[in-house]
Amino acid sequence: MARMTMIEAVRSAMDVSMARDENVVVFGEDVGYFGGVFRCTQGLQAKYGKTRCFDTPISESGIVGTAIGMAAYGLKPCVEIQFADYMYPAYDQLTQEAARIRYRSNGDFTCPIVVRMPTGGGIFGGQTHSQSPEALFTHVCGLKVVVPSNPYDAKGLLISAIEDPDPVMFLEPKRLYNGPFDGHHERPVTAWSKHELGDVPDGHYTIPIGKAEIRRKGSGVTVIAYGTMVHVALAAAEETGIDAEVIDLRSLLPLDLETIVQSAKKTGRCVVVHEATLTSGFGAELAALVQEHCFYHLESPVVRVTGWDTPYPHAQEWDYFPGPARVGRALAEAMEG
Amino acid sequence: MDEFSRLSLHVPEPAVRPGDLPDFSNVKIPKAGSVPRPGVDVDPEEIRDLAYSIIRVLNRDGEAVGPWAGFLSDEELLTGLRHMMLLRAFDARMLMAQRQGKTSFYMQHLGEEAVSCAFRKALRKGDMNFPTYRQAGLLIADDYPMVEMMNQIFSNELDPCHGRQLPVMYTSKEHGFFTISGNLATQYVQAVGWAMASAIKNDTRIAAGWIGDGSTAESDFHSALVFASTYKAPVILNIVNNQWAISTFQGIARGGSGTFAARGLGFGIPALRVDGNDYLAVYAVARWAAERARLNLGPTLIEYVTYRVGAHSTSDDPSAYRPKTESEAWPLGDPVLRLKKHLILRGAWSEERHAQAEAEIMDEVIQAQKEAERHGTLHAGGRPSVRDIFEGVYAEMPPHIRRQRQKAGY
Repeated sequence: MARMTMIEAVRSAMDVSMARDENVVVFGEDVGYFGGVFRCTQGLQAKYGKTRCFDTPISESGIVGTAIGMAAYGLKPCVEIQFADYMYPAYDQLTQEAARIRYRSNGDFTCPIVVRMPTGGGIFGGQTHSQSPEALFTHVCGLKVVVPSNPYDAKGLLISAIEDPDPVMFLEPKRLYNGPFDGHHERPVTAWSKHELGDVPDGHYTIPIGKAEIRRKGSGVTVIAYGTMVHVALAAAEETGIDAEVIDLRSLLPLDLETIVQSAKKTGRCVVVHEATLTSGFGAELAALVQEHCFYHLESPVVRVTGWDTPYPHAQEWDYFPGPARVGRALAEAMEG
Repeated sequence: MDEFSRLSLHVPEPAVRPGDLPDFSNVKIPKAGSVPRPGVDVDPEEIRDLAYSIIRVLNRDGEAVGPWAGFLSDEELLTGLRHMMLLRAFDARMLMAQRQGKTSFYMQHLGEEAVSCAFRKALRKGDMNFPTYRQAGLLIADDYPMVEMMNQIFSNELDPCHGRQLPVMYTSKEHGFFTISGNLATQYVQAVGWAMASAIKNDTRIAAGWIGDGSTAESDFHSALVFASTYKAPVILNIVNNQWAISTFQGIARGGSGTFAARGLGFGIPALRVDGNDYLAVYAVARWAAERARLNLGPTLIEYVTYRVGAHSTSDDPSAYRPKTESEAWPLGDPVLRLKKHLILRGAWSEERHAQAEAEIMDEVIQAQKEAERHGTLHAGGRPSVRDIFEGVYAEMPPHIRRQRQKAGY
């Protein structure tokens, strides 16, 4: 067991997987010699050689397209898109190819690839380094979508993703890379070394894709969150004193509906939180599911707290980011309704 | 007055339109046998002119001439002729089946049979093609059962794709045929990835990507060439230039570039242009490229100059955008007739045997069709289950899809 940052945990997952399975290859922009702009692949090329971990041209459709071809051959590519905001050139390859190869060929060919991408804001990245495109993946049948909130989960989920027989979009909240950020940007950053979920086993372990985790037990209101927003929701619950139950989805697709429904039926109130924009966001799906499955248990309307329906601004980052104050107000609104 | 006049936009137009006389004077046809055959380890810089010429083996008299001739025996050529005739008969029957409502859609190869049939013979078992929808010759020439192809086209109870995919979007890993997407160009870069994987694993197998003239304009074409060039992937990158992208003439995708093959030059990829209606030339060039790939010398780009005689698909009507007689004026002739003529000249074939073979092949196709139809066609007889809608989206069905399947009553 070691104390790891989320970067180290992600790296460890790839390291463990590459050591166990010679078919695992890792590539992307700047990931080879340098080890990635966030250093997630640091040391992997030196350890496994440059045919198993290498730099690519700046071509996301090329990265994902070649990964699909490699997967058809029998390799297990785990590729990095430098920022989630850069994935759009690869979207055709992801949605019409990776997601459908098993289906359209009736399993004659399959596509076990992992596409890692740093997601979300909080680093003054502006419009092109802050996006949260998870709903663009959950809307595509055939993809799996995972968003970890801490180093322990990140490693176990990434190993599961690499071992998964289907394509997995692995969104790493970049603001969580170095610590459990709760939205209080004015305070010093807490390090993962001071957090129990920074305790990460050195070896192989998996966390099943499709299982949520309750991070805070409560009976007043259910908060459904993932990624950075888990920590924001926990802070909001502490600061308001509202007895919130905070669910960390961990994987959006497949979704652990059972955990959501159990909690929402118990509390009768529900707040959905994500950093992505509101309209047609994944929160819309969550709110609809809670409504479908828990309608007669609900005491108040489901409340959504999300990024505004605007591009992610630069200077006004902290007025855009759904921080603990906004989540706290939403908790109060759900309790009053 | 300013020295610059107002700007105007250039929109290319084909030389002729319906009602005009066909005109292929812009297609420069070099003499058969006139293009040299370099060693496979040649520096791409030294053969830049091959991207602007056309490698041809069969001359107008049906003789095989020049340095690209002499790679195929009588027996191999007779097999090649049979494959092309089979594909042509198959197409004719499936077009008719579509008109009879037995399937929703079909795409034929008329005029382009040599490209995929001859190419397949330059590959080995285990190599992988990433085809478009007009390379069924790859399957025919690898003896993939016609009945299976028809089961797929009819979406019947034995359809290998369980009714999920458009007609002619075949898949066969066993026969080195990657599942056809129906999207354009996506498979080109996937072929490069497959080839990179083979090199990563120190394997001996190679890959081939396929694309049409029109879809070379897609960004995936560029991505494929960059990756193939950077990693020297053991891949053959094929461009089938059949002059038409549905109704759009090849000049719209080609732009100011002299040829499609010339696109490879900027990437340092050897680029060859070949007479796509010449079975011997297609085979010889494909074999050259395959040898390069197997020797770890990297990718080769090949442009097959051919002509789409038929409509783009059963949903298309070419008389609306090109002269009806254009195919007859195509200067590279018909691939079946040209090989037939060559084989007769070699003394290996005759008009009588050809007529007899045509009848036998048609009978073979009809027998296969009868067998396939016993298992259903799109709107009649055996068909895939509604369950098949929900199966196979993932290896393991997730709960939300199971709930939806139950809701649908299955």
